[in-house]
Amino acid sequence: MKLHDAVLIANGQGFWGDSLLGPIRLVREGPLHYLTLDYLAEVTMSIMQKQRARNPETGYASDFVRMIDRVAPELVRKNIKVVANAGGVNPQACAKAVLGVLARQGLKGVKVGVVEGDDILGQLDALMAEGEMLANMDTGAPLASVRSSVSSANVYLGAFPIAEALSRGAQIVITGRGTDPGLVLGPMIHEFGWKSDEYDKLAAGTVAGHIVECGAQCTGGNFTDWQRVPDMARIGYPIVEAHHDGSFVITKHAGTGGVIDLSTVGHQLAYEMGDPKAYLGPDCSADFTSFRMRKDGADRVRVEGVRGQAPTPTYKVSIAYENGWKAVGQLTISGPDALAKAKLCAEIVWKRLELDGCVFAPEERMVEYLGANVCHAGIGSAERSDPEEIVLRMGVKGMNKAKIERFGYELVPLVTSGPPGVTGFAGGRPHAQEIIGFWPALVKKTRIQSKVSIFES
Amino acid sequence: MAIVPLSRIACARSGDKGEGSNVGVLARSAGAYEFLRRELTAERVRAHMQGINFGPVKRYEADNMLLLNFILADSLGGGGSASLKTDAQGKTHGLAVLRMELDVPQNVLDETPPA
Repeated sequence: MKLHDAVLIANGQGFWGDSLLGPIRLVREGPLHYLTLDYLAEVTMSIMQKQRARNPETGYASDFVRMIDRVAPELVRKNIKVVANAGGVNPQACAKAVLGVLARQGLKGVKVGVVEGDDILGQLDALMAEGEMLANMDTGAPLASVRSSVSSANVYLGAFPIAEALSRGAQIVITGRGTDPGLVLGPMIHEFGWKSDEYDKLAAGTVAGHIVECGAQCTGGNFTDWQRVPDMARIGYPIVEAHHDGSFVITKHAGTGGVIDLSTVGHQLAYEMGDPKAYLGPDCSADFTSFRMRKDGADRVRVEGVRGQAPTPTYKVSIAYENGWKAVGQLTISGPDALAKAKLCAEIVWKRLELDGCVFAPEERMVEYLGANVCHAGIGSAERSDPEEIVLRMGVKGMNKAKIERFGYELVPLVTSGPPGVTGFAGGRPHAQEIIGFWPALVKKTRIQSKVSIFES
Repeated sequence: MAIVPLSRIACARSGDKGEGSNVGVLARSAGAYEFLRRELTAERVRAHMQGINFGPVKRYEADNMLLLNFILADSLGGGGSASLKTDAQGKTHGLAVLRMELDVPQNVLDETPPA
């Protein structure tokens, strides 16, 4: 690739559960060099650890393998490289499944890279013995206070191991936990040969990665002025046109739905933002107040002048632990007097539980009257009106599973023993679900060793 | 001066941030941004969102994006999987802030095209 050519890096999956059409249409509807896909959230890692404990061949995003199965011949024919954090807590098993798909389709000689080293669940005790407190970043409490309940622990690795896998010829790179922007920054480091102290460029790649990491949230999805977004059903997923100097353009394939302009990109820049001057990542600290944005033609926004600084000497660790139980259920209550009847229903549930010695403290219980201003509580006037119908949604949480299960028995009986017009119990009795607590912590980078392996179909 | 909803002169996006949420308010013009930087204080957002957020509110500014970013510390009923709320990720908090009514000078309205 010549230095003045742009590298096209798309994101086709904003989260596990995003539309399957995102990546497929990116591959089919226009030119592309890299397809990145984000499958991981904090809760996902904990679920995957449990799956893996039951079956050592699982613990990764199986959706990814199905997606590869659908587009593999086109990926190979067009030489589109794929970077996905689909490995979850078992990147090797994910790679094995992908290699199986490639073999079944007769696609030989495709290299699959695996990035590991983020999963430190097995090293926690050794790290703590060596003096790493893994203190909760919000509360300061040491990890020892919840150690016995920990279900997963993963470091947010940076983009350099991804670049290494690409430089060793991988067409598909599968990682465990890393930062979301790293999926986009990794290909830039590989293509442009950026060094680990070129902080402005690393910050530029981080900003680009942040803009596209939630898929269609920068192309007109979840956008204030939704009325002016054309053809949302065929919304285009975002593509970064990256340049060696760190400048880039956000765009999408011609002919797709959605909009890219200063406002849709600005919306996504604001998403999950903390201090815009210090967006901390493993490879750099990016300054989101430093750059200039301008419109560069239809559905094109150019970003220039991103500034960055050296990263901290620590990695962020995402630790999940078992933190009790919850149950949530709902019923629909028709008018007349829907809201008054819904309020009576809620009172009846708490009273019947009390009659059986089951009392929940105010902070352990929740009632919502959906349709009477739940989302914007305290704003507007909806609560004063009498809606045609209400969805009564009730929930409890606590450490005692049996008590949470007991709650589930008292919702559905309202259909026959409450006020008239109570329906919508199709979901049946609510059951206790585990609450996964999050424990954000820091660990010294010198304690963590990432590892890159390459396999071939 | 005219009393208008904040959505007349700004857009917003919100999402989860631990046990709280962030609301990014994006002004629709440079004049609207200058006005909002003066008027849309953290205290004003805290008062408007008191039925949703039970913690302090902090404000950050990013002039290059005409962005005021508000961190609502306790707005998700526990956050993550511990929340029992329908909007456990604060997805609707941006639109909630945009419903705030403000007395906006005519020159700011003239300079700011509606959506």
